[in-house]
Amino acid sequence: MLQEYIPVLLQILIAGGFAAAALILSVIFGKSAARNPTKDSAYECGMLPVGPGQARFSVKFYLVAMLFVIFDIEVVFLYPWAVTFNELAAGAVEKGQNFFSESYAFFWGMTGFLGILFIAYLYALKKGALRWN
Amino acid sequence: MDITFILISVAKIIGLVFLTILPMVAYSVWAERRVSALIQDRVGPNRVGIPFTKIRLAGLGQPIADGIKFLLKEDFTPSHVRKGYYWLAPALTMVPALLTCAVLPFGSELFGIKMVIADLSVGPLFIFAIASLSVYGIVLAGWASNSKYPFLGGVRSSSQMISYEISLGLSIVPILMIFGQLNLSDIVMEQARNGWALLPLWGDRLSLKGFLLFIPIFISFVIFTTSMFAETNRLPFDLPECETELVAGYHTEYSSMKFALFFLGEYAAMIIGSGLAVTLFLGGWSLPFGWLVPEDGASVPFWMGALHILSFLGKVVAFILFFIWVRWSLPRFRYDQLMRLGWVFFFEIALFNILLTAGILLFVK
Amino acid sequence: MTALFYFFAFVMLAGGLGVVLTRSPVTSAFSMVVSFLGLAALFIMLHAYLIGTLQILVYAGAIMVLFLFIIMLLDLKAEEDRKISLFTVIGGALLVSVFASQIIKVVKALPAAAEAMPELSASASEDVKNTGLLMFTDYVFPLQIIGVLLLVATVGVIVLSKKELK
Repeated sequence: MLQEYIPVLLQILIAGGFAAAALILSVIFGKSAARNPTKDSAYECGMLPVGPGQARFSVKFYLVAMLFVIFDIEVVFLYPWAVTFNELAAGAVEKGQNFFSESYAFFWGMTGFLGILFIAYLYALKKGALRWN
Repeated sequence: MDITFILISVAKIIGLVFLTILPMVAYSVWAERRVSALIQDRVGPNRVGIPFTKIRLAGLGQPIADGIKFLLKEDFTPSHVRKGYYWLAPALTMVPALLTCAVLPFGSELFGIKMVIADLSVGPLFIFAIASLSVYGIVLAGWASNSKYPFLGGVRSSSQMISYEISLGLSIVPILMIFGQLNLSDIVMEQARNGWALLPLWGDRLSLKGFLLFIPIFISFVIFTTSMFAETNRLPFDLPECETELVAGYHTEYSSMKFALFFLGEYAAMIIGSGLAVTLFLGGWSLPFGWLVPEDGASVPFWMGALHILSFLGKVVAFILFFIWVRWSLPRFRYDQLMRLGWVFFFEIALFNILLTAGILLFVK
Repeated sequence: MTALFYFFAFVMLAGGLGVVLTRSPVTSAFSMVVSFLGLAALFIMLHAYLIGTLQILVYAGAIMVLFLFIIMLLDLKAEEDRKISLFTVIGGALLVSVFASQIIKVVKALPAAAEAMPELSASASEDVKNTGLLMFTDYVFPLQIIGVLLLVATVGVIVLSKKELK
């Protein structure tokens, strides 16, 4: 299995090499022309640039990034669950117990996890963390 | 680890990345311009053909001319930028985009060699992991340009990308539940034998369960495709670079080959995204109705292997044409609508969809 | 393989040093991404494919993006001009060497460290399935605790930025 990662490594090298080559070739073959202050200024639709180049942005963006981290972790827990779902379900059916018994813990466990995070989501929604207008 | 294995891998990488994806990028730009011209009742680029002759070939020479032009244009680095990151950003957008194609099975076998660069056991996770790195190229491009439009474009773009990564990740969970696999080659093989995810008309999936599972799979497909549009910053989700507000977004200050690398990365991401959609939902390289499915262990004749590769490429091209068609059919979203669609609608529907799939898998025999 | 191990270990350590030694906060954050990528490669070389991939997906692809956002949100010009005092450098070096010597001692005392790792069984490469089978049979309750932890984190984030929202 580990051997399958060797091509990935090769591809990183090749793709990186391609990017480097493209950047270098364009410096070699590209036309060079004189600089002048107007050409050198930041592009603001032809007007003279006003103020610093970096506006400070809304805390909303930071909030979205934070919520993204939280819900990304939720998604990550779903993958091993999804992949083993059929196997666990078959095992539970074999035991022949009722749907609310312990052998269906894999289903209720995930439902509980998703439920708790759905509360988190509803809280964020109610507090307007995901409203942008 | 022998030398033939490395040589074969290098041949596959060059074959897929440089002889397939990069030409496809060039020609999807051409197709985009020609098709949009068709939709808007214009002519589009139809002049460039074979040089020094009068043969025009409907403008098929245009991408090559464009490539040479990118190389020969002045490579201008404005003095107000942060140099190191300004140079790094285009490479950081393009390298992850080209890297994600490593796990896509683009054919069955050719001369007994599996047509996938790296047959990993974590297929879609690998694609999401690497694709999540391409946010850096955009954030850094916006920040390093040290100019207002690129900065706003970069921030908008990255927060849009991370928002839709959630719905993208959630949307494939039902597919993984049904196939019980993360290995893309095995998922395709399963679909070849027992019906594509979106076409359960033969094999095991021609049953009540298969038809019922079609409902969550279709919902997944819609969410996945729409999120893919948002991830690749295409209309109707192209707010990061909507020309009426932000000129060109995060690559406003870029010129020449550096700009071309952004462009290339974006289109490569679109092509590989289409490839992933085809692999997960439309049976990858397989032909419909279980035709020409390779037997276990039996060798695949050359013509069949080639046909499988053509089938994969055909599906991907159809998907790209769909991308272009949508671009000229839908108006752009507003930023609050875009965020609401990703965080509210898709998030809730995708979660419900997972429970629906679980219910069908548990209770329908 | 051993050469690759040393290479990725070097990448990881170089990234780690970059976090501490560079002045610009963006370079620091970026070095951390490099360090995470090296760490992910090391995980994969230990046949922990799922953990390696998640290291990239969650740490490099999500948490560090958040870090970069914060760095851009706050104007950290002052950080770049900060003088480094001799006292902090010596204190830091001392702390690192104490920790390092402790780790070396502990590892040397472990009997397992002297032996070669046993070969993994074929089923070990199915690590996503193995993780799922364990987590959703024996460790269902810890999963709920993680859920509650994430809920608390969400509430914390929103309460902390509530002033700005209004």
